[in-house]
Amino acid sequence: MNNNNNNTNHNLQQEYEDTELLRFTTAGSVDDGKSTLIGRLLYDSKSIFEDQYDAVKSASERRGETSVNLALLTDGLKSEREQGITIDVAYRYFSTPKRKFIIADTPGHIQYTRNMVTGASTANVALILIDARNGVVEQTRRHAIIASLLQIPHLLVCINKMDLMDYSESVYESIKESFEKFSSKLDVSDVNYIPISALNGDNVVTRSTNMDWYEGSTLMYYLENVHIASDHNFIDSRFPVQQVLRPYNDEFHDYRGYAGRVAGGVFKKGDEVMLLPSGFTTKIAKIDSFDGELDCAFPPQSVSILLEDDMDLGRGDMIVRPNNQPTVSQDVEVMLCWFDSNQPLRAKGKYIIQHTTNEARCLVKEIRYKLDINTLHRDQENPELKMNDIGRVVLRTTKPIFYDSYRKNRSTGSIILIDEGNNNTVAAGMII
Amino acid sequence: MDYHLNHLKELESESIFVLREVAAQFQNPVLLFSGGKDSILMVYLAVKAFYPARVPFTLLHIDTGHNFPETLKFRDDLVAKYNLNLKVGSVQAAIDEGKIVEERGVNASRNLLQTSVLLESLEEGKYDAALGGGRRDEEKARAKERFFSHRDEFGQWDPKNQRPELWNIFNGKKHMGEHFRVFPISNWTELDVWQYLAIENVPLPNLYFAHKRQVFMRDGVLLADSEYIEKKPNEEVVEQVVRCRTIGDMTCTGVWASEASTVEEIIEEVATTRMTERGGRTDDKRSETAMEDRKKQGYF
Repeated sequence: MNNNNNNTNHNLQQEYEDTELLRFTTAGSVDDGKSTLIGRLLYDSKSIFEDQYDAVKSASERRGETSVNLALLTDGLKSEREQGITIDVAYRYFSTPKRKFIIADTPGHIQYTRNMVTGASTANVALILIDARNGVVEQTRRHAIIASLLQIPHLLVCINKMDLMDYSESVYESIKESFEKFSSKLDVSDVNYIPISALNGDNVVTRSTNMDWYEGSTLMYYLENVHIASDHNFIDSRFPVQQVLRPYNDEFHDYRGYAGRVAGGVFKKGDEVMLLPSGFTTKIAKIDSFDGELDCAFPPQSVSILLEDDMDLGRGDMIVRPNNQPTVSQDVEVMLCWFDSNQPLRAKGKYIIQHTTNEARCLVKEIRYKLDINTLHRDQENPELKMNDIGRVVLRTTKPIFYDSYRKNRSTGSIILIDEGNNNTVAAGMII
Repeated sequence: MDYHLNHLKELESESIFVLREVAAQFQNPVLLFSGGKDSILMVYLAVKAFYPARVPFTLLHIDTGHNFPETLKFRDDLVAKYNLNLKVGSVQAAIDEGKIVEERGVNASRNLLQTSVLLESLEEGKYDAALGGGRRDEEKARAKERFFSHRDEFGQWDPKNQRPELWNIFNGKKHMGEHFRVFPISNWTELDVWQYLAIENVPLPNLYFAHKRQVFMRDGVLLADSEYIEKKPNEEVVEQVVRCRTIGDMTCTGVWASEASTVEEIIEEVATTRMTERGGRTDDKRSETAMEDRKKQGYF
């Protein structure tokens, strides 16, 4: 049954037209107020449900806790609840009329660097929490360094627990200054600061009356309004082919659609394109979708591209523009985060490399240095990468891959490594 | 020109990408179909992902034998409309053959029995990936799921040892006998699903809209009366206007007192409700970690 008519349908379409999706990541440990902050965002946007709240309340009581422990909302696994810590990435959802939010909530301790990296990989915004009593500490620096390595476009520094520091402007200013001093060494462009009290709700959703000296926006206002429309690369056209769609029926007899998600740039019908690795050029005959033909395709749209000429093109290949090509090479240099707890990265070791829809084998040619993610110090003496370590690594692939620097494009600039023996994902890399 | 996707289009694009990755990375994927709105959405997204080619997945329905009759009719019409293949794994047949034993008593449910039938059906069909309509906002254990979720040769989930999943690179590598569960609509919320189904004019079973039904109250949950459920002496059946927020086995799916009879009214109800959609699922209420425990064994 369907109770829609075209009129209400049109109204709904209008209503949702401008709602954007914003993904942000948080990292932190039990006592820095992260769970309280997330709990407050969810609660104030009415995203905690009564039955969820009741379940958390009774679970807290069973544990003998005096107040409702909102961390139990995000710590979903039995082992996490038992140990009282977030181990894995938890995804939480809330929305306001303006935006839908996906929070990748990750633990903050150094032994969970890989989880932080995972949560950061898709984020538009990194929310960094600082306890106003402690100022910038090692964990703050680590989160900021990871956000910078993973090229999260926007950094939001929330200076929390202002209530415990008498809402003092000078405390806020000195923490801000020390973060600024440190972050000037990082590759981050857009940094904002908000003084808050997650516990009392100051500057979270509503403006604080306790900090008249602060003239910036609230956390919620920031999340609803930070400009994310330019977070994708709309310049360098990249279309990694996922598969070829061939209907084999009478209606679509010679149909050959290259299915994929636009990884960069804008593709238009009639554009001259180059196919990699063959290097042949042709033109776009049509950009197709279930909803009809499209004039253009841009990131992160999933579409099918039809070409004017019949060419050899399949999964792992890439459609680009002849005057704007990615690097085509078997030599790839990456900042690599190592995930495997069983063994370290092996120099001269061989792994499977996945890059966009492409796959090859690769050899670890050299580990140049290990990065201390608390101090940015480069250790060239003993550059072994163990679990949670990050370092600069040179790889040689069995066949050319088509890549950009991660700085230029997060899709065509990222890789994962897979262990050939147990098939586990053992590393993630950002191409330099 | 403004190059911008709204949240529903972005979620759609992400799901289509994942569905295409499954088709490309696996030999013999199957789409788990329950008859609920999420699996209907999955079929619809699969049709979009491979248009104008046919959906390259077989549909697998694990049939508890305790369905709302409307569910089966809707399923068969959908299969016919999109020219799909349907396989049914029957819990009743497994009970009849003595492979599994039915629970007894008033709270008896075939929910747990589905797991072994599911695992056997996957093995029988040699399916190497099973697509499910699970969403991370549904339940706290599901909030930890990957898009590509690895299962060992016993079909078990090891939540503490999951593969990290970054950007949109999905690792579907596995050994013989292992398989994957894949959740393309992981990032959708209940409200997203309804908004999308409304905008796209996707037909849905009548069960989701307000209708009169014989119901009774148990542990604060309204259950539909049926021949499959044993009532306690004090449980009184009354007729009420209700609708389903989730559709599952009749013995454990609660119904909601609701007057919402159009998709727009449902969206409004979902947007303002203070109860989660699985709040009516007695299968989740067996313990604090009921979902995680079932998932470890191979449940959806």
